[in-house]
Amino acid sequence: MTAPLLSAQGLCKRFGAIAACRDVSFELNEGEALTIVGESGSGKTTLLNLIGGALAADAGEVVYRLRDGTARALSSLTEAERRALMRTDWGFVHQDAARGLRMGVSAGGNIGERLMALGDRHYGRIRENALEWLARVEIAATRVDDPPTTYSGGMRQRLQIARNLVTRPRLVFMDEPTGGLDVSVQARLLDLMRGLIADMGLAVVLVTHDLAVARLLSHRMLVMKGGEVVESGLTDRVLDDPQAPYTQLLVSSVLAA
Amino acid sequence: MTARPYNFAYLDEQTKRMIRRAILKAIAIPGYQVPFASREMPMPYGWGTGGVQLTASIIGPDDVLKVIDQGADDTTNAVSIRAFFAKTADVATTTDTTQATLIQTRHRVPETPLTADQILVYQVPIPEPLRFLEPRETETRTMHALAEYGVMHVKLYEDIARHGHIATTYAYPARVADRYIMDPSPIPKFDNPKLDDCPALQLFGAGREQRIYAIPPHTRVVSLDFEDHPFERTKFDAACEFCGAADSFLDEVVIDDKGGRMFVCSDTDYCQKRQEAQKKDAAE
Amino acid sequence: MNALHANELLRVEGLSKTFTLHLHGGARLPVLHGVSFTVAAGECVVLAGPSGVGKSSILKMALGNYLVGEGRILVADGERVIDLARADAREILDARRRIIGYVSQFLRVIPRIGAIDIVAAAAQESGLDRAAARERAASLLARLGLPERLWSLPPATFSGGEQQRVNIARGFAGRHRLLILDEPTASLDAANRQAVIDLIAERKARGTGFLATFHDEDVRLRVADRVVDVSRFSDREAA
Repeated sequence: MTAPLLSAQGLCKRFGAIAACRDVSFELNEGEALTIVGESGSGKTTLLNLIGGALAADAGEVVYRLRDGTARALSSLTEAERRALMRTDWGFVHQDAARGLRMGVSAGGNIGERLMALGDRHYGRIRENALEWLARVEIAATRVDDPPTTYSGGMRQRLQIARNLVTRPRLVFMDEPTGGLDVSVQARLLDLMRGLIADMGLAVVLVTHDLAVARLLSHRMLVMKGGEVVESGLTDRVLDDPQAPYTQLLVSSVLAA
Repeated sequence: MTARPYNFAYLDEQTKRMIRRAILKAIAIPGYQVPFASREMPMPYGWGTGGVQLTASIIGPDDVLKVIDQGADDTTNAVSIRAFFAKTADVATTTDTTQATLIQTRHRVPETPLTADQILVYQVPIPEPLRFLEPRETETRTMHALAEYGVMHVKLYEDIARHGHIATTYAYPARVADRYIMDPSPIPKFDNPKLDDCPALQLFGAGREQRIYAIPPHTRVVSLDFEDHPFERTKFDAACEFCGAADSFLDEVVIDDKGGRMFVCSDTDYCQKRQEAQKKDAAE
Repeated sequence: MNALHANELLRVEGLSKTFTLHLHGGARLPVLHGVSFTVAAGECVVLAGPSGVGKSSILKMALGNYLVGEGRILVADGERVIDLARADAREILDARRRIIGYVSQFLRVIPRIGAIDIVAAAAQESGLDRAAARERAASLLARLGLPERLWSLPPATFSGGEQQRVNIARGFAGRHRLLILDEPTASLDAANRQAVIDLIAERKARGTGFLATFHDEDVRLRVADRVVDVSRFSDREAA
């Protein structure tokens, strides 16, 4: 089997007296979706930011395998390399779509930005690409010139996804991607995401507190509490046969409709 | 004999040195915005303080100064600034482009081609071409440093999406020496080609924003565009009413209440010279 | 020794399972111990025993859905042998993709995907191209008597029996060498039960091994080559 795509080794992060991440390690392979589950304050968002390179770890390392096969520690990347990685090989879907979009720019411009950043200089082609992606995320083509300020929450999320996927990244980070959306909107979005993840063979690191989302989207799961990973394994195994006391509590607390 | 109340060209010598250092740095890194400590000038921000500080730092007693505002020598600002330097530097001034060694301009490039012994000083309101899309200074500095200019084309894309063509008609962004992208100040895009491979030194000063940048002589300056929407020079449907020029930038002047209008050269000196030449020809 | 006999697809050795209920003060609930049996290619092994004895738990351990307490679960993978009890997540995912198929008791409904697409996706995962996968899905659904007008609809609103038939079609759509069936005929009528029996027989003839539970004695008699009485491994107090 090939080497892992992403490997976190002994990650630690403190904010003053608070240990937000304690010695967290895991591996992620190509095409694998991993959920990091935990309640508020569990450290899951901190972990996501450490892996994504937005925060520097106090100890430990994150190693990423580039497209050419070389494994690079994130801390060894220059600012330019890291930013380039974020624009091409990685995607980041924020809980609040406004953070991941240019709200004053049309949908087409939002999707086309990465392409233009990579040197695409043909308006017609960029626009065609944008329209293709709008179709894939089920946004009507007539909305291509509208800015996301005119979009609903669900549409903004789908636009954010399109904007991230246009450069065919290999790894996508998602932070509560369905948070705050209506239930029916959530269902549609999750379905879309599931399809895209499968079609494009994306590796995904997903942070959520919603176990149903985790079950639907991911193969593997890390359960975090107080900055530590208390349990990890296949998503269905962790949810159906939870071992750790905290996991058992979490699973039993979920309300069924 | 009255003692001159101001230092030569108003600014103290230390300030001039500071600004000259900034100018040298700007010339060494074409298109890069060099921060400088902009001084309080006897005119408010927005009235050309950047340009005035540049001129004040490089002008010498033997210089011949021309000042234009939207191409004209006789508008209020041009007249005031010219008078300012006449008073504080006692330099010769002119309206004739060919006679000037130093030209300070607001929002136009003279029609008459410049030469290697001339310096053109531009007044700049907003020096940062990325500002409209990225409000954070920290972010725009990083983008320039890493040459992350994709967002500039987003702006042009938006234009085409909205208007069918690149609708930016002034302050049209250009790439200098294949590296930095700059805002050439609110000159009409008609003037952009004049920036390229110009024999004169071009300096840009923003007083309120505290930035200086430069295009050294004979530097490559390319206006941004798309392959399928190439940069096009503005064409006018009319010719100058006074001198008949078909290749200069024209101002549209409303002449009555019934919508009557005429087009005249924005560059008053250029127009004047052509008229004089035509009168001379007619007389012969 | 991690070896399997020539024809063996699955060998369970000394399997045990105990649940620890931390929410009930850490109460330990032993379920099974010492479970041992094999499944060979082309045979159907049925787990029998009273309700709650742990039949489903054995199936789930064989799938990697439950953690193993003690023991080994050896699975043939071409020349290799994998111990599912010790395999990591990646290996189990790989095994589920290529070797071990599963028909669960309840169809976990995926919103918005039509029945035929659910089955076709499973066929595609096993290597068929899009067109072939769709054909296979259609033929399976037809055999199981699912009305064609339902094929493009998402199964959420189907009856229990209809959902189960989609489940079965999905399980049979791939090319797994070992199929695990958990009460596959519970909600089916006689005609559809027969269709399932026929499907099992066909796959057995092609070398697929089955590990299953059947609540229905009649079906059990028709498909089982061997029956394993799970109650002899039970840790539960005798009734």
